[in-house]
Amino acid sequence: MVAQVFAVIIFIAMFVFIVTEIVERHVVSLVCALLTIILVFGVGMHSMTAVIETINLKSIAAAEFWYLSGESTESSAGINWETILFIFGMMVMVEGMARVGFFRWLCMRIAKLVKYRVIPLFITFMVLSTVLAMFIDSITVILFLAAVTIELSQLLKFDPVPMILSEIFCANLGGSATMCGDPPNIIIGTSLGYSFTDFVTNTGLIAAISLIAVLVYFYLIFGRELKKSAAEVIDHSSLPSPESTITDKKGFMVSSVIFAAAIVLLVTHAQTGLTVSTIGMIVAVATLATSWRYAAVLLKKVDYKTLLFFIGLFVVIGGLEQTGILEIMAAFIGRISGGNVMVMIAIIIWLSAIASAFVDNIPFATTMIPIIRSLSLTYGVDLSTLAWTLAMGTDIGGSATPIGASANVVGIATAAREGYMIKWGQYCKKMVPATVIVVLISMLIIYVRYL
Amino acid sequence: MEKQLIISVGREYGSGGHEIAQRLSEHYGIQLLDHNLLDEIAAAKNMDMQHLKGLDEKHRSRLTSRTVRGYSSSLEENLYLIQFDHLRKKASSGESFVIVGRCSETILKAYDSLVSIFVLGDMDKKIDRIMKLYGLSKEQAVRRIREKDMKRRRYHNGHCDRRWGDSRNYDIAINSSKLGIDGTVAMLADYIDRRRTPQ
Repeated sequence: MVAQVFAVIIFIAMFVFIVTEIVERHVVSLVCALLTIILVFGVGMHSMTAVIETINLKSIAAAEFWYLSGESTESSAGINWETILFIFGMMVMVEGMARVGFFRWLCMRIAKLVKYRVIPLFITFMVLSTVLAMFIDSITVILFLAAVTIELSQLLKFDPVPMILSEIFCANLGGSATMCGDPPNIIIGTSLGYSFTDFVTNTGLIAAISLIAVLVYFYLIFGRELKKSAAEVIDHSSLPSPESTITDKKGFMVSSVIFAAAIVLLVTHAQTGLTVSTIGMIVAVATLATSWRYAAVLLKKVDYKTLLFFIGLFVVIGGLEQTGILEIMAAFIGRISGGNVMVMIAIIIWLSAIASAFVDNIPFATTMIPIIRSLSLTYGVDLSTLAWTLAMGTDIGGSATPIGASANVVGIATAAREGYMIKWGQYCKKMVPATVIVVLISMLIIYVRYL
Repeated sequence: MEKQLIISVGREYGSGGHEIAQRLSEHYGIQLLDHNLLDEIAAAKNMDMQHLKGLDEKHRSRLTSRTVRGYSSSLEENLYLIQFDHLRKKASSGESFVIVGRCSETILKAYDSLVSIFVLGDMDKKIDRIMKLYGLSKEQAVRRIREKDMKRRRYHNGHCDRRWGDSRNYDIAINSSKLGIDGTVAMLADYIDRRRTPQ
């Protein structure tokens, strides 16, 4: 009982401190992790086993951490090192790609392909945002897309805000389509033993159908405005050529090959047996080895604060799991749904979406994983159905408000620094309906396909 | 070409710091930047001035904003950054100006042409000044001084490592109540002239 009280207090305190940003979130999660180890596992449970299980270092030494000869399995509780190593590897690769100008080149190439016409640009940038976010983090996607959008808007004389908002939404949508698109998906996939293909054929399909609806929605609300504001005569000579954005031609070729290899390895990892941690390490080593002169710079640019945040977070959630709090929460959801799967799915998807619109979706998804596992065991509901429900709710819900997802924050900040201030009301007016539409589509597809 | 001169004036509310900054700008014949900094930015970036005024010198709400890898969704926070960038650009272009507040003593620290000043005052003198200027009662003046100074302190300390009003952060910190506005301006002008004269 004492351990449970400590676990809940630490968890709530962690959320409050993360939301208020009084201290940086990685410091919050690490301090809370330390408190969990001392107060929950030490004072409350007197259990060294719980500490060892939660730190979970032994998982790295296991062969299946790197290579799976059979079916992938659910991982044990505690720090999910597979997620940490994979995200680290992808961060190194993305930094390598950014250094050579890959993302700016891609944006400019596509702009040139559509002859810099505003509406085709609007549509293709939304699709580009979705596709890129399927493989790399949405922060990087928006950082480059928003910057190029503003640059083009100044040359082509259109308002960049509608385009940036649409790109933000599509980056979050693209993230939901794959296992590596959004951190909640990586955590869900590695914790519950799902592959890249599992995600693509389930959440990927939902995201693809939703993308069509989203393209129509944004075209209807922004199309006329964009057409009206765009300049009719465009002097193409004033626009930067795609080739001029490449800062290192040889490095560009190498980065493109590594990126393509990463996609192939991810798509085929269920067949090859390579785990995402191995893939993360392969792309990191390949990037550092091929650009060894810049290795120190690339390693310095990795967002270690996010990785430390994950580590602390896993320990705190481990405290809730070890003390049985999450089972109590699962039982509560089970009770209010009366064991009805449709109600259960509705609760999970809307609860996840609403919570993710206001708080970081990573701690939320991490907390929910043991809950859906428990619901599945207790009520005999297919775990994968609940996993796809959770993934769609957390990934899409974040789009609704300016603070819901990292891509939103970066997009708003990039626009603001160039003088385009996107207010809360202005943001929510356009993004809340899009979020509701996609959550509804997701819920209906889940009902029709899995029940 | 005239040697560049940038004067940064931080000030306690009611100390007459703004008037001192204005007099220094007249004395040296250089531009005074205070709230008109926003006008310049609004014109340069084609932004809505009314909206900017609403955001200026406001503290970001922790509940309605989030920071990710140094990027903030707070518009107030981004307006500060735009102002800081604008000041750096002006300083880099070789322009001379007097800038009131805006963490300028920290933002422009790297420029040799910067003279950073903090103007403080005795509480009774500050109260008298505010009562006279705005026709307020003593209690109202005290309340306003406290509120304004708290706002300035929060704004400054939220963006700079050194604390607002800490004398180690400025070239010179001066109590305007001792010499009055004229005397303070004369003393500061003398200090600035000596700084500008090769030793």
